[in-house]
Amino acid sequence: MRLSGVKLKHRKHTSDCVPQRLPVPEYVVIPMAMHIGKPANPIVKVGQRVTVGQLIGEAEGFVSSPVYSSVSGKVKKISTVTVYGGMKTQAVEIETDGLQEVCETVKPPVVNDFDSFVKAIKDSGITGLGGAGFPTFIKIGVKDISMAKAVIINSAECEPYITSDTRTMLDKADYIFKGIDLVQKYLEPNDVIIGIENNKKSSIAKMKEMAQTRANVQVKVLPAIYPQGGEKVLVYNTIGKIIPKGGLPIDVGAIVINCTTLAAIAEYIETGMPLVEKCVTVDGSAVAEPKNVIAPIGTPIKDLFDFCSGFTTDPKKVLYGGPMMGIAVPSLEAPVLKMTNAVIAMDEKDAKLPKPTACINCGECVNHCPLKLDPRNISKAYKLNLVEDLKDLCADLCMECGCCSYVCPANRPIVQNNKLAKAKLNEYLREQKAKEDK
Amino acid sequence: MDKFISSVSPHITSKRTTQNIMLDVIIALVPAGIASVIIFGLRALLVIGVCVLVCVLSEFVFNLICKKENTIKDLSAVVTGLLLAYNLPVSIPIWQAVIGNFFAIIVVKQLFGGIGQNFANPAITARIFMLVAFSTSMTNWTMGDTATVATPLKVMSTGDMNSLPSYLDMFLGVRGGCLGETCTLALLLGGIYLLVRRVISWHTPVAFIGTVFVMSFILDKQPVYQIMSGGLLIGAFFMATDYATTPVTKWGKIIFGVGCGLITILIRFWGTLPEGVSYSILLMNIFTPYISKITRSKPLTGGKKK
Repeated sequence: MRLSGVKLKHRKHTSDCVPQRLPVPEYVVIPMAMHIGKPANPIVKVGQRVTVGQLIGEAEGFVSSPVYSSVSGKVKKISTVTVYGGMKTQAVEIETDGLQEVCETVKPPVVNDFDSFVKAIKDSGITGLGGAGFPTFIKIGVKDISMAKAVIINSAECEPYITSDTRTMLDKADYIFKGIDLVQKYLEPNDVIIGIENNKKSSIAKMKEMAQTRANVQVKVLPAIYPQGGEKVLVYNTIGKIIPKGGLPIDVGAIVINCTTLAAIAEYIETGMPLVEKCVTVDGSAVAEPKNVIAPIGTPIKDLFDFCSGFTTDPKKVLYGGPMMGIAVPSLEAPVLKMTNAVIAMDEKDAKLPKPTACINCGECVNHCPLKLDPRNISKAYKLNLVEDLKDLCADLCMECGCCSYVCPANRPIVQNNKLAKAKLNEYLREQKAKEDK
Repeated sequence: MDKFISSVSPHITSKRTTQNIMLDVIIALVPAGIASVIIFGLRALLVIGVCVLVCVLSEFVFNLICKKENTIKDLSAVVTGLLLAYNLPVSIPIWQAVIGNFFAIIVVKQLFGGIGQNFANPAITARIFMLVAFSTSMTNWTMGDTATVATPLKVMSTGDMNSLPSYLDMFLGVRGGCLGETCTLALLLGGIYLLVRRVISWHTPVAFIGTVFVMSFILDKQPVYQIMSGGLLIGAFFMATDYATTPVTKWGKIIFGVGCGLITILIRFWGTLPEGVSYSILLMNIFTPYISKITRSKPLTGGKKK
């Protein structure tokens, strides 16, 4: 069985652009919620001086992640900001002094067993850097680590434009493999599989060359069909197993880590510098000179665009991430987040999508769904409020990849409807469960 | 400047639109149109023109009266007009063609909610309506001259195999029949175009034509003749593949095609009518919701959580 998907124009204009370091921005705004889970709790005061790598937000609760200062300077204010997804959270605004003085707490952690490995990842503030923002230590810190038969390094990078993972593979290959050594030592998987789409020839060559120096590490070249990097798709295409609905890769014996995430873990364990900067692909039809830029977390994205010689035309839509699953931002003041791997600015032509017309029942959405859902009927059931039907149609299985909307000749907002349908179904299931529990 | 468009992902879309799908179907129907003018004379062009015009106008006026957004730009009305024209004899009185096309668009398509919502194929249903309403003129087959000829299926049903047209004539479409159904070559060209452009998938036409071929082979009823006669090819490529009225999944399409083939065979060999393609498609249109239900793709839910 082959999973469906769509062939996209790759638009990987920046794959040969070695990342350039952004000059220290004037100020950074660092939100306390850059991950899935509870926002961190700010522990600095207005007026306080902070340095690079200093803890400014403590993890709150289990599913959370600490936040560190990405610059040296003075805390100007702590305000409430709206981060993507509409959630309001606190953010620490720091006026930089340009010195980038490193905090004295930055020193390599002691890692000598599985527990200390997981703790180090937790302390590093690293979350899923591929875009999901799921705290990585939770993914790795599974109850029974012997269940992990394979560790899959997600290097598919299937979204158009984005090349930050491509660059990690080329520029930080050492750290990826130091990460693999750590993973092999502490998780003891049978196999480590690096999954890369076939449109990244030089990354594949580099990874293959490095893999020869290690035992039980293989590079799996995958067709460049979106959403190859979707966890369920990648797991199926590398180890041939389907993650159960509502489950995690570990349910089929796999742990999936993005390659940039893994390199960041290795870098933290070697240097002690937590996650404070990101390599971000700056591209899109409105951008003058697309580049890969290394920017401190919290940098307003306008600084990134300025660094790329600004805009050729007024941008009409600006995204965090790629055009298939990226999130539209309201203003150029939006900061670089932990999981920001690209910022895309689209001109008017790209930004305006055609108006939806009537569904012609062509079935393209059904035939392109990687998970074999029936998006057309999910939309219908949602509109008619048929929650039981949504349950039968497994609306909650949808990974929101957007293939259905992409292929729809009537340009209908199918995946958008699906997201609403998922929310409705989940609410219904919670109510059902609450009733049962009574 | 900071007034950006905010929308939910995805932020790109494929170039394919309803309009360019319909345009592809129109392009695929052009060879059969040209063939009809060569075979049946210029009146073919008149019939085609009237049919398309009436379909587009009916849809335009209906939308205007109902204050609905106008949908003639999607070109689906043009396709219906072409298909119905191709299913009429060249001698059809113009006023009857007008009524037939009006029926197709208003009664079969728009009253059920317009594009994508109708459960039966407008062109086929209108043709059957016309067969009942104007049975004499709908079965009056003339060629370029005014002499009346019998269709090959009619000839075969009388058992007179010697007066059948040659295979070559059948392939080129020089025989009695509806405007667009006779030229095998033109229909194959159109069908291949639709397959190459991925407007249709192979499942329905192969299942439909294959069933008719195999069944007539088993029953020793001249299989090659069977697939070239009647409206089989235009039906299999252009009407049994209509999105709105046929199943979506590949198994659904195969069941649909086999069903159409079997009903066609039943009508041709044992029914009182010489031809059964239209009826077979209409009947299978009615089964479509059930076929869709039993062939719905199974979501990849995997095994049990550990």
